[in-house]
Amino acid sequence: MSKGEIVAGCLAPHPPHLVYAENPPQNEPTAEGGWEQLRWGYERLRESLAGVDYDAIVLLSPHWQTYVGTHFLGLPKFKNLSVDPVFPNLFRYHYDLEIDVELAQQIHDRAADAGLAVKMMTNPDFRVDYGTITTGHMFNPAWDKPLVVVSSNRSRDYYSVEVMQEMMIELGRVTREAILASGKKVVVIASNSLSHRHFTTESALPEDMSKEHITSHAMHLWDMRMIEYFRTGQAQRILDEMPEFTEQAIAESDGGGLSWLLSTLDVPTYPGILHGYGTIIGTGNAIVEWPVRDHKEAGL
Amino acid sequence: MSDGELIGSFIVPVHPHTVLAPEQNEGWGRLRDAYDVAAQRIKDSGADLLIIYSTTWPSIIGHQIIADPNPEWVMVDHDFHDLGSIPYSFNIDEKFAHAWNEANEKRGLKSRTVAYHGFPIDVGSVVALKLLNPDNAIPAVIVSSNVYANRSETTVLAKACMDVVKATGRKAIAVTAMSLSNRMFTKPIEPRDDRIHSLKDDEWNRKILELLGEGRLEDVGQLSRTIHQQIRVNKVVAFKPMWWLSGMNTNRNDLTGEVLAYEALHGAGGAVVHLDPTPSGTGDIEYDEDDVEYFAGERNVLDADQLETEENEQSSNAESLPKEDLNKGPALWEPTEGEDSVNSEAAPKPVGAYPHARRVGDLLYLSGVGPRQPGTNAIPGGPIHDESGKALDYDIKAQTQAVVDNITRILEEAGGSIDDVLDVTSFLVDMDRDFQGYNEVWAETLGQVGPTRTTLAIRALPTPIAVEMKVIAKAPPKM
Repeated sequence: MSKGEIVAGCLAPHPPHLVYAENPPQNEPTAEGGWEQLRWGYERLRESLAGVDYDAIVLLSPHWQTYVGTHFLGLPKFKNLSVDPVFPNLFRYHYDLEIDVELAQQIHDRAADAGLAVKMMTNPDFRVDYGTITTGHMFNPAWDKPLVVVSSNRSRDYYSVEVMQEMMIELGRVTREAILASGKKVVVIASNSLSHRHFTTESALPEDMSKEHITSHAMHLWDMRMIEYFRTGQAQRILDEMPEFTEQAIAESDGGGLSWLLSTLDVPTYPGILHGYGTIIGTGNAIVEWPVRDHKEAGL
Repeated sequence: MSDGELIGSFIVPVHPHTVLAPEQNEGWGRLRDAYDVAAQRIKDSGADLLIIYSTTWPSIIGHQIIADPNPEWVMVDHDFHDLGSIPYSFNIDEKFAHAWNEANEKRGLKSRTVAYHGFPIDVGSVVALKLLNPDNAIPAVIVSSNVYANRSETTVLAKACMDVVKATGRKAIAVTAMSLSNRMFTKPIEPRDDRIHSLKDDEWNRKILELLGEGRLEDVGQLSRTIHQQIRVNKVVAFKPMWWLSGMNTNRNDLTGEVLAYEALHGAGGAVVHLDPTPSGTGDIEYDEDDVEYFAGERNVLDADQLETEENEQSSNAESLPKEDLNKGPALWEPTEGEDSVNSEAAPKPVGAYPHARRVGDLLYLSGVGPRQPGTNAIPGGPIHDESGKALDYDIKAQTQAVVDNITRILEEAGGSIDDVLDVTSFLVDMDRDFQGYNEVWAETLGQVGPTRTTLAIRALPTPIAVEMKVIAKAPPKM
């Protein structure tokens, strides 16, 4: 079997507003548009990967929140209706997705061997979280690649950002090992926002962009600081500053996705491509791609 | 219709073990037994509404209230999916949900109802309703736990709920679906090995249950932040269900409490507690935070620039604005409806849950009538102070005349006239300043009719007005 490969790593946030604004047939509500800067960012990400061959997507969503270890979807198909419990007015999506159970099991097994608490999720009634569905749709609306879906272990809530990061770096390491051993070409995705302070009110027309902005200047400064690190290949600084960033920007990196992603990419020293940045109900969101395929000397 | 009331409260655990696996652990089984006892007590109480505040349904845009009359789906827990699935089909009181939503907005809260096919009812609500209301005999309502809400918002949420309970004559049971200590084991365990995660968590849980067993609910509410710091993981900002439940119970500390069970659920503290409103004679509120009736904490982030501009414009134009536009006063209500109620579209809306008047036999009893104008809520003669409390000049004669006009409108709605007035109690907020002007208008109006009269000086009225009258009148014959 040929050696597996990570072809790209992506930060690809999941606010349901993006699917709402796209008006895909799977989603019940309809919109007049909105959040174009981010949706165009997703377009650029898709175009960047249009000519790249890969077999599967490994995705960690902060909205499948597990407190007893890290879980993996463990059945080949999931078909259901996903209704966002926070924004049900925007997101009621009929999904039908395929899971690469083999790769999921391989990552699971290596994580278990490394001492991490892990579990395969094999209940057919389980409803896949809206974060996974949103990022899955925006990244690959054709849904023609199987997914490995990884839960967000909320160890930060139990311990600290530091402990969370230690666990996620370890999970990233074994994820990388499992992918390389699988013989598959894979895109890895962390589905999270940056700063994550929401507005507590919603405009009458949710897609009214005259109401959209970052919640505070401090959040903007943190987002720009992180983006600058993304763009200049300073992943290690991101990990170093993760505790301050997570706490001061109330960042969605608390779910561990960004730390896991950077570890899976072996802490890249080459620049990430910023495809887009925008705010959604006050939170900061960046779409970033690390084109691992172009930097094999850097990590693979 | 008699006033509604809260006839009981329950605290119940959220994890699915009590539904799906009570036989796998003796403690889980005891929690299930306690759930069954609670369900029987609720059934025997004659309750006609279950109100669930669930900590496992977080919301961001204010609070959300389920308003789908029959939500149906299959719930699978994110962590304990291997225990199985819980199909559900619930009986939701959508009218109450909408009324609560409106009451929230009147008290300044951001709130909305949710009625979408397939909306995922959270695990805490599903477990509570499956076990407390197994045959769906009692209609229920479910409210979310807002992640940003603190004590004032959560307390006002409860008060808005009780506004509707009282106005609709319901016999309600309040339920908080919650853990005590919520730190679970972070690895899978065998059911037989379950225990409270730490001795410290166990000690705090027992202290909480000691207070609840003594009926000292408000004391637990007062300790909410401390409890959260000591035994709660940081996934939410406070131990807020106790604020809500205490608010539902008028912040009482003398309830009759009984702990039906306390056990571990994968390390977290799960308890079934019954709080009966019967005074226990014990307990006292040793200290208190400010009570709050209306939530004014919304930051209006979306409209910040616009508001600032509007405020500047209002400030620069203040001299030219009519005085009655300067003060909005408290939230307005629709007058309550009852068999003997008399309500008029031509009279100003109430500032609480009451009718404009009520017919009893041959008499009409009017609620206190002020000078506010129907529709605009403006105050003829101007308000007595602005929104910051700064005193303003006003015309007591204009206000008094407006009161008489409003009384006339209500009596005409009942089929009568101002000539039917028998007795008036007048309230003035500044007797020295206003009695003469008030008395002059009286002489020209009601003085011509001849009712008996009592005039009292009081400190304040709910709106920025100077005069209000309480009237008893002859009721015109029923048609």
